[in-house]
Amino acid sequence: MSTILEVAGMSASIGSQQVVESVSFSVPDTGITAVLGRNGVGKTSTLRGILGLIKRKGEVTLAGERIDGLPTHRIVQRGVGYVPEDREVFASLTVAENLALAERQANPRRDFVAHLFPDLVERRAQMAGTLSGGQQQMVSVARALLNDNRLLLVDEPTKGLAPRIVNEVAGALEEASRTVPILLVEQNLEVVKRLAKDAIVIDGGRVVHRGDAREILGDEELTRRLLGVHGDAPADGHGTEERA
Amino acid sequence: MSTLVLVLVTGVGLGALYFLVASGLSLIYGLMHVLNFAHGVFLTLGAFLGWEVASRIGATGWPAFLLSILVGGLVGTAFATVTELALIRPLYERHIEQVLVTVGLAFAAVALFEGIWGSDPIFITGPAWLDETTTLLGARIPNVYFVLMIAATALLASLVVFLRYTRYGMIIRAGVENRAMVTALGIDVKKSFTLVFAIGGSAAGVGGVLAAHYTGYVSAHLGQTLLIFAFIVTVIGGLGSLSGAAIASVLVAVLQQLANYYLGGTGDLIVVVALAVVLLVRPRGLLGRRPA
Amino acid sequence: MSDFIRTWWKLLAGVAGVVFMALLPLLNISVPGVLPTPTYQPGTLALLSLAMVFSALALSYNMLLGTGGMLSFGHALYFGAGAYGLGIILANFGVPLWPGVLIALLGGLLIAIVTGAISMRVSGIPFAMVTLAFAQAGSVLVRRNSSVTGGEEGLSLNTEHVPDGLVGVANTRNLYWFALGVVVLVYLVALWVDRSRLGHLARATRENELRIRVLGLEPTRARFVLFLIAALSASGAGVAYILLQSGTVPRAVSADLTITVLVMVVLGGVGYRWGAVLGGFLYTILDQRLTVLAGSEAIEGLPSVLRIPLSEPLFLLGTLFILVVIFLPGGIAGTVETRWLQRRRADALTELDDDADEAQRPSEVRP
Ligand SMILES: Nc1ncnc2c1ncn2[C@@H]1O[C@H](COP(=O)(O)OP(=O)(O)OP(=O)(O)O)[C@@H](O)[C@H]1O
Ligand SMILES: [Mg+2]
Repeated sequence: MSTILEVAGMSASIGSQQVVESVSFSVPDTGITAVLGRNGVGKTSTLRGILGLIKRKGEVTLAGERIDGLPTHRIVQRGVGYVPEDREVFASLTVAENLALAERQANPRRDFVAHLFPDLVERRAQMAGTLSGGQQQMVSVARALLNDNRLLLVDEPTKGLAPRIVNEVAGALEEASRTVPILLVEQNLEVVKRLAKDAIVIDGGRVVHRGDAREILGDEELTRRLLGVHGDAPADGHGTEERA
Repeated sequence: MSTLVLVLVTGVGLGALYFLVASGLSLIYGLMHVLNFAHGVFLTLGAFLGWEVASRIGATGWPAFLLSILVGGLVGTAFATVTELALIRPLYERHIEQVLVTVGLAFAAVALFEGIWGSDPIFITGPAWLDETTTLLGARIPNVYFVLMIAATALLASLVVFLRYTRYGMIIRAGVENRAMVTALGIDVKKSFTLVFAIGGSAAGVGGVLAAHYTGYVSAHLGQTLLIFAFIVTVIGGLGSLSGAAIASVLVAVLQQLANYYLGGTGDLIVVVALAVVLLVRPRGLLGRRPA
Repeated sequence: MSDFIRTWWKLLAGVAGVVFMALLPLLNISVPGVLPTPTYQPGTLALLSLAMVFSALALSYNMLLGTGGMLSFGHALYFGAGAYGLGIILANFGVPLWPGVLIALLGGLLIAIVTGAISMRVSGIPFAMVTLAFAQAGSVLVRRNSSVTGGEEGLSLNTEHVPDGLVGVANTRNLYWFALGVVVLVYLVALWVDRSRLGHLARATRENELRIRVLGLEPTRARFVLFLIAALSASGAGVAYILLQSGTVPRAVSADLTITVLVMVVLGGVGYRWGAVLGGFLYTILDQRLTVLAGSEAIEGLPSVLRIPLSEPLFLLGTLFILVVIFLPGGIAGTVETRWLQRRRADALTELDDDADEAQRPSEVRP
């Protein structure tokens, strides 16, 4: 098994504040790899650092080529899809326009997306800002699935969604992961158990543990220590303290 | 009654001129968060070169007038494009510095214009029809106002079509909302920066030629004077909102003309008071989005 | 320890500088090409006095931009308020000079309170635009009401109630000392602001508004007070200006002047007090020198492609300004402090605002 993404000693900062400290990990070229950690430890910042959306230092290699010097749009053009933490759909654009903007290749995978999210087809002409949270998340995921990417970076796709929608989004990611590796930040541990093969645990801006996802979540002591939760309780963003 | 019509129509005409300047400012600010102080000198250069061309081929003829508009537009486009590429782009994301270089450019350009064309206004002429009047509801309206209105309407219509129905338009609308996410979809948003500068510059250049016919002269300070009103218009309309700028252009200019006529020439001051009132009541302007 | 030495060294350099400036009118120093006459003669003294007035204005602007991170295009309004205020009072109300100065300063403060309270409804770039509009209104008022302000012609100083020692070319020296006093005073105010809780708060706000709010402090109020102090200092500079020039012109309230001051501050280095002072001197002297150069025979003989740009001092200054913004982001002071004095800036990045020296840090001003 080879790796699609290699991160070596990457630090990232926002303004003058360093939010990721020299993280190193690799992402295999198949399946879903989960990124776990308490609120505010720097999971989102790690993804944004990889994409060059925030200032970063260190080495990032995609399929054997360094991408840490490239601007964001070039990284994405090399086959990285991104589903951001808070959906970030363009509220004043229609669903169709949101999707059209994301299309980078001559024959985008519209059928695949329509098959995963039939809802969106019906709502083509609706302003994305007027969609429900779940529907917006579908637009956001769909934007990443329209192209034949080499890697997807997906940040808390189930945050704040009703259980039925959580299922639908998880299902879509599962299906997508058959053809593209995914680096998934997820707080809902049930979803992690269902989807992820490997997991990386971040704490205090560093990678503190990596291994088989189910093994990590099965170890109650480890889970409590690293994630601040009990392995069997889904943690979705509450009850943990900010990093000092 | 006919005075009121006159004041209102000339107000709308002046508003049209404001919009030619404010539309570009608003687009540029909306997408790039740059306050473009140099927008006025795009206009001034368009006016000067437009006049240079027109005066050489017989300023009172229509061909000269139309050609000068074309020249003004092209000059504005070229000046703005070069400005974006040479001065704005190297300072990517450093908004204050970007404002500062446009300030420096305006400062230097006005001085250079004075060096070339002198510091006194150059009085210009155009087709006689522009100075004649058309009677509308009893009011005799100088025709130049109708030209301004036609130009601004054409600009607004083409901007709306461009923004709504082209891919670049879509990118610009998306970029106004969330630039980072546009790049995260693999789009080089910097190309659209140059594009909005070019569009704004062309509108300003055309506006310069028309402004010269409106005031009857060209001077090195023509653009910077209009720019201040354009700033006020964009703040009142809501920064970054094109339709806000359109509405505010007309409101501000009509108010200004009313005050000039009925309140003893206090138009300039009333406009600032209007700005203060809008800021107190609704700091984000008429159609502005909530402060980010 | 080194901090301690540096503080003393700076203090010593400052005092020495002021003493030197104070002695200049008594010395016979010629700097050909820079100063028009030997230092004891009125020509140079007037030029240096003007430079000091602009330095004071630049210092006050640096409080806004450097300490508070506020980009204003209307700062000239308060300078003009001081100048015109004093001029109008002396011309119309028969008040002696010093009470007149006090009233002019209060007038400037009052205008600042009203316009500041309104413009601070917005921040960043919109703030810049709104302050510009207010200054424009001020400038319109001045130009329109020519019976009071002299309109385009300007207002000349009515010297009836001004002490004889401050009137006329023969007393340029006294005016020079007065200007020196003003710049020292404004410098001390700026120093106090930077060291005070107010300055810390304003700087911290600039860095991270959210965090201040979380700490339960009111960032807007700190900035407002800062704005008022800066405006009052500008009015002080305006008062010195009208005494020095024995009159004032509408340019004193124009956006042009604000931009001129902005150029001084950026040339000198945003966020550095000594940079602002240096910027004021540099600009004033360059402007004067370039104007002389423009009229010189060497320039006259050039082909017009070269002659026209070279004979426009403001074109050259504007170009210099652009180059500094692009290639010398910290201005002169910033470049000197970071590059040659090799201070611990690099690791200061993560340090926070209780660092007493932070006032001197090149500010990355954000909208
Ligand atoms: N704009 C910002 N300015 C300053 N600090 C920030 C900013 N955005 C995030 N941070 C800080 O960076 C750290 C990491 O944030 P990040 O969003 O990467 O965490 P996260 O692991 O994704 O958290 P969550 O699980 O809540 O999504 C946090 O301490 C946060 O407070
Ligand atoms: Mg996150």
